[in-house]
Amino acid sequence: MSRAAILSAILNNQPQTTTLPEDLQFDSPAKSVVTDKFVQMINFIGGRVVIIHKVEDINLYALEHYPPGARLLSPMQALDFYTPFTGEEDPHEFVNAELAVFETHFAVAENGAVWVTEDKMGARVLPFITQHLGMLVREENIVATMHDAYSVIGNADYGFGTFIAGPSKTADIEQSLVLGAHGARSMTIFLLKSEI
Amino acid sequence: MRVGLFVPCYVDQFYPNAAIATLKLLQKLGVDVHYPTNQTCCGQPMANSGYEHLTKNCNSLFIENFAAFDYIVSPSGSCVLHIKDHLHDEKREGDAQGIRKKVYELVEFLTDVLKVEKITAAFPHKVGLHQSCHGQRGLHLSSMTELVDQPFSKPMQLLKQVQGLEIIELTRPDECCGFGGTFCVAEEAVSAKMGKDRVEDHLMNGAEFITAADMSCLMHMEGILKRKKSNVKVLHIAEILNAG
Amino acid sequence: MRDRMSTTSGIKHAELSDIFNKDEERVNWHDDTLWWIRAKRDKAAHGISEWELLRETASQIKNNVLSNLHDYLIEFESKAQANGIIVHWAANAEEHNKIVLSLLKGKGINQMVKSKSMLTEECHLNEYLERNGIDVIDSDLGERIVQLAKEPPSHIVLPCIHKKKEEIGQLFHEHLGTAEGVSDPQVLTETARIHLRETFLTRRSALTGVNFAIAETGEFVVCTNEGNADMGAHLADIHIASMGIEKLLPKKKHLSVFLRLLTRSATGQPITTYSSHFKKPRKGQEMHIVLVDNGRSVQLGRESFRNSLKCIRCGACMNTCPVYRRSGGHSYHNAIAGPIGAILAPNLDMKEYADLPFASTLCGSCTNVCPVKIDIHDQLYKWRQVIVKEGHSPAAKTIAMKVMDFTLSSPTRFKLAGKIGRWTLKNAPFTVNNQLNLWFKNREMPTPPKESFSEWFKKNNK
Repeated sequence: MSRAAILSAILNNQPQTTTLPEDLQFDSPAKSVVTDKFVQMINFIGGRVVIIHKVEDINLYALEHYPPGARLLSPMQALDFYTPFTGEEDPHEFVNAELAVFETHFAVAENGAVWVTEDKMGARVLPFITQHLGMLVREENIVATMHDAYSVIGNADYGFGTFIAGPSKTADIEQSLVLGAHGARSMTIFLLKSEI
Repeated sequence: MRVGLFVPCYVDQFYPNAAIATLKLLQKLGVDVHYPTNQTCCGQPMANSGYEHLTKNCNSLFIENFAAFDYIVSPSGSCVLHIKDHLHDEKREGDAQGIRKKVYELVEFLTDVLKVEKITAAFPHKVGLHQSCHGQRGLHLSSMTELVDQPFSKPMQLLKQVQGLEIIELTRPDECCGFGGTFCVAEEAVSAKMGKDRVEDHLMNGAEFITAADMSCLMHMEGILKRKKSNVKVLHIAEILNAG
Repeated sequence: MRDRMSTTSGIKHAELSDIFNKDEERVNWHDDTLWWIRAKRDKAAHGISEWELLRETASQIKNNVLSNLHDYLIEFESKAQANGIIVHWAANAEEHNKIVLSLLKGKGINQMVKSKSMLTEECHLNEYLERNGIDVIDSDLGERIVQLAKEPPSHIVLPCIHKKKEEIGQLFHEHLGTAEGVSDPQVLTETARIHLRETFLTRRSALTGVNFAIAETGEFVVCTNEGNADMGAHLADIHIASMGIEKLLPKKKHLSVFLRLLTRSATGQPITTYSSHFKKPRKGQEMHIVLVDNGRSVQLGRESFRNSLKCIRCGACMNTCPVYRRSGGHSYHNAIAGPIGAILAPNLDMKEYADLPFASTLCGSCTNVCPVKIDIHDQLYKWRQVIVKEGHSPAAKTIAMKVMDFTLSSPTRFKLAGKIGRWTLKNAPFTVNNQLNLWFKNREMPTPPKESFSEWFKKNNK
């Protein structure tokens, strides 16, 4: 069986073992500039930031930007367009999602990415199939680098998780950047400022 | 300190002025320079073409000529790199290893061993510095644009001491000229195009002369300049450091 | 449907590059575009003060992976299976293709959507599936474009970097119904979005590549800017992931190093839009991973070349390579082009790819940009020795080298040869200055000096 043959060949051919770097300590931006850096990166990667002071402010934003017939979805109970996902839905059901808003675990300042896992998505396909994407980021949950990010994730279990940095994009046609490839056309970060 | 002058094969035959300038420059700086007359070639053209196994004769001849010197200096980054990386001899491996430690390209010999701070030379012209790849990335004669590193340049350090010389800025400071040994004919189309583009960068930025620490790059660019009927000339860095 | 790879099989890099260089303006355009991407990579790298330390760390992690590959693979398999992922092993391309086909046939599926996987290019999966009645659509925009053009991708990250927007517009007009003459990237991308959305919604099977797989947790990561891997996988009943066995990382935390390096090296972006971590199948879905060897275990045994297996397929070496930029990916007649292609391919077929390690000046720029510090240009030099030793060098070249050795091993013969050369150039230049002399095609010969250095020295240093 191929498995045995492959493993045996590898065992024969692999070199002497070398040390594995475990301690991944690198320079980070200081906590004080992390929010600014994050906002700067979101703008750089084609997203936009909306500062809010309470979660419900997202409802106002949605009202302002989407016509009454538009299909808005969210697993967040605090929102008017909260959707009681069962987890049994056929993913094809979400084909006409106009705006979907999700809660994030945290955000990364160095690249503007947010981390979301399946339990906060309602359905795996939703963050990708929706035309427009909204992400709630709590300011105190912005970390500096990817090393910090994986520290926070730790051993957390999930079936599916993803870093999303801005709207979908491509530059495949003569290196012209176009926002809105197959995933969301736009990404709005709802940045919930910390109480000072 | 006895220094053996190692002159690349094609410099000996086609660009003797680079070697003459190297000799005179070292002598001016008070170095006891010797030129072993039975030297031929470092073997790089064969080794880079996949025929390292045919360089045994070149290797032993090299060791025979140079083992006894305190330093070996050559006006060629690529030849020096080749010796540093590949000199071997079954019968005289100890000598080979010794040579690998004491072989220097001219520029680094001046900056690192002689620690030259004041070159008395004058060359009031606009000069483009071509960063030959083997010297730069192999011998680390200067920092490289790919790496996140403190900028430095040994050739620039020396050129800045030359009176009246203006170093022009290039659009792509360290792109390869395309000579590459037998590559220059084996992949003629790409080689020529790379050379044309390098030359164009210098011309566009106002160079009157193009210099480098490697005559092979210059030979290739000179061929293109002459075909263009350009007035721009090539000069080995030794010739500039020895000028006026 | 004919094999896309076979169109240039047999013809070598030098000849293909010669053809590519007939259109100088186009070469300039291709070169400028790729240099611009190199420049963006530089900007991103220089924005991280610890960049070089990151590279060194990544290199060490990958060294550790290669030296413990056996155990990491077993660990990954066990963890992945515990997560509900079905693990398959394929010794070679043929086996990989057969496994994928049987998974599809087993579910009565004859249409599949695929996101970018260089491994499947290497295995010629698309052609195999088409021959066996499966319709495959590549969902990455660049890959879809070359698929419509019936060409292989020319770059591992930017599949249609060799195509101008007018040409793409023409393709879309012919196949996707856009109006003639439309070449605006925004319009073309929107067209592709609508066309491929339809594909995602109707395909029950999706195949993705794997950027990284984690031994510790049995999950794998797929990075895209477009979101096409996710659109395919989350709508499909069966998600198949094709993975080269070397794509493992030991622990999840190591992803931090690689996700910082990958996209900055590839395009200068801080990270891809999506870095999706697939751990368990969606409820009601089947998730499969095919672990593919296809020559990798052999390369692992080659002491001089095993480091090439550290590659994370970022493409930085291609963007910086002055030869690649001026010859184009298709000149390498291989799934993977450029410097990394040149050190991977000879392991698979030394005769077919004997030309690739020579398609280089050994400038070393590739080695400097490689995020995992593969000693690419040193490996190019070493492959040259192996290829010659194995007899894949033209007889004429061997003869010429032997003559060179003969001449250079004697000071007398050397001096005589030099003298003759100079005399010929001076007195019978026509014998050298003609179209038979490849140097002379675009360059003048050096002016012969009246005496060599050694002759001058003899005269002036009694």
